Amino acid sequence: MSYSVTDPSKRQKFIAGTLVILYALITMVPLVWIMMTSFKTPPDSISYPPKVFYQPSLEGYVNLFTTRTRVSAEKLASLPPPENFAEEIVRSRNMVIAGPSKFGGRFLNSVIIGFGSTFLSIFLGTLAAYAFSRFKIPLADDLLFFILSTRMMPPIAVAIPIFLMYRQLGLSDTHVGMILLYTAVNISLAVWLLKGFIDEIPREYEEAALIDGYTRFQAFYKVVLPQAATGIASTAIFCLIFAWNEYAFAVLLTSGTAQTAPPFIPTIIGVGGLDWPAIAAGATLFLLPVMIFTVLLRKHLLRGITFGAVRK
Amino acid sequence: MSETTVDRVARKTPARVARKVKGLSDRAIAWLFVGPTIFLLLTINIFPLIWTINLSFTNFKANRPNRAVEYIGLRNYERILGDSDIWLSMQATAHFLFWTLFFQVLIGFTLAWLINKKFKGNDLWTTIIVLPMMLSPAVVGNFWTFLYQPQIGLFNYVITFFTGADPSSFQMLGSVDLAPWSIVIVDTWMWTPFVMLICLAGLRSIPDYIYEAAEIDRASKLRQFFTITIPMVLPFLMLAVLFRGIENFKMFDLVVQLTGGGPGSTTEMASINLKREAFEKWRTGYSSAFAIILFVTVFGLASIYVKALNKVKER
Repeated sequence: MSYSVTDPSKRQKFIAGTLVILYALITMVPLVWIMMTSFKTPPDSISYPPKVFYQPSLEGYVNLFTTRTRVSAEKLASLPPPENFAEEIVRSRNMVIAGPSKFGGRFLNSVIIGFGSTFLSIFLGTLAAYAFSRFKIPLADDLLFFILSTRMMPPIAVAIPIFLMYRQLGLSDTHVGMILLYTAVNISLAVWLLKGFIDEIPREYEEAALIDGYTRFQAFYKVVLPQAATGIASTAIFCLIFAWNEYAFAVLLTSGTAQTAPPFIPTIIGVGGLDWPAIAAGATLFLLPVMIFTVLLRKHLLRGITFGAVRK
Repeated sequence: MSETTVDRVARKTPARVARKVKGLSDRAIAWLFVGPTIFLLLTINIFPLIWTINLSFTNFKANRPNRAVEYIGLRNYERILGDSDIWLSMQATAHFLFWTLFFQVLIGFTLAWLINKKFKGNDLWTTIIVLPMMLSPAVVGNFWTFLYQPQIGLFNYVITFFTGADPSSFQMLGSVDLAPWSIVIVDTWMWTPFVMLICLAGLRSIPDYIYEAAEIDRASKLRQFFTITIPMVLPFLMLAVLFRGIENFKMFDLVVQLTGGGPGSTTEMASINLKREAFEKWRTGYSSAFAIILFVTVFGLASIYVKALNKVKER
């Protein structure tokens, strides 16, 4: 290793590292607390002082996925022995499982709408980005600015007419409606990010392909697409995370069939008050995929976030 | 790779002829590629915006679609500018905006500066710090209400632990004095990493040779910090403030889950007020006018800011 005058000293590195790690640990506390709460029983979750050590339980997860009804002691005694651990946990609270809860369906909606809108944003976004990058489009700069400026609109500002329009077209509370809406929100970012990635691919590659007799279409999907794959993937992650986390449109435009998890999770109610372990279980299942994604794909993600800033 | 007929024919035909015969012209492809995106944005972004403008001049109520709609000119706008509730919500938004930006810039820049000391494992810890901003604000906000519970909440417990105050003596979300700060705390926790990442990109863009030259000139570390580091990072920092400013001006999901705008209307941000007018009181025309005022405000402030930003860059 070569020594440079600009390199921080060992002591400086140590102090900086300690402070950053301290901040990181503090910032993790709420997230760790969510996961810990998801494995508590309801009484443990609201005890004071807050319990750090406790007997882990799956009651939160069982409550998240089921609906339950209270039964009398005689009725409970007359039932055949519980078939599985879920039944056992529920019966210990003098209740029986009445059926599945809505959580599974809401989670599935999040998956369908998230992936659907990501696919559509990337599909349309790549085409548009390629065209902006390679062809002379009249008023290209104005169009690009127009595409970006749509992102400045507060969602609620356009929610009123979208609400009316969707009601008119029968798109309220449908998967298709939500996919189109999230695509419209995501596409501005997608076009801008993807244009950056495609700009970096040398034109010579395609020109060589064109001379070899490829058509523009073939050059596009046989030469440009494979080259842009990394960029496309990291853009896709951003679109997916946005659609996964979105709340304002979801709460205004969906209520049942197409409701996603974010508006649903806060409405989970237990018997006599909020069922915090069940809410925490829902939050954990919903947030964990994003956390794992972030850690695994950190290189691409972190680059993507600062992309707009760095390019200018 | 299987060879298609098209490939075989293409190879035998001179390139120029081939393109004319079976390919579309470049211009046609350009419009074919850009068209769907523009169409989608027009139908789901621009058309609704124009519709909102139109609605803002009417007394339309979306829960009574069959009532005759009257055009009432600028009366909605007049009423909004004279409505004390709206001004209160603008004040709440301004308080939130100012303090979140203040703390996020302060902590975000400090963290970026520390991370840039390149200690071992810094990229892993950076990722951990970034986690909160990747998560769903509504779900996270909802869970913070649990941390903020009087008596049983972890946040209150920690405050009690360090200050000795009675855990049930203060309600972070329930008291008029504390609620505006509770939302500032959660937003700062969530979005400081964003400012940090952009500052970090700024710090990393400063070439080493500038510091080396400063060393040769015997400039002190403190002087280097104020004459090199700060000015070079400033454009990045200002950009981060712009992005966060726009986002927090529109703030909805996090605060709705945390306080719902309460207690009373102490944390009722502009967007929450707008949602209440539009979807609870169903004053569609009135709220459309409010939406337009908000949009023009964001756009106006952002444009002024971008001009200032460009001046800083030119220096």
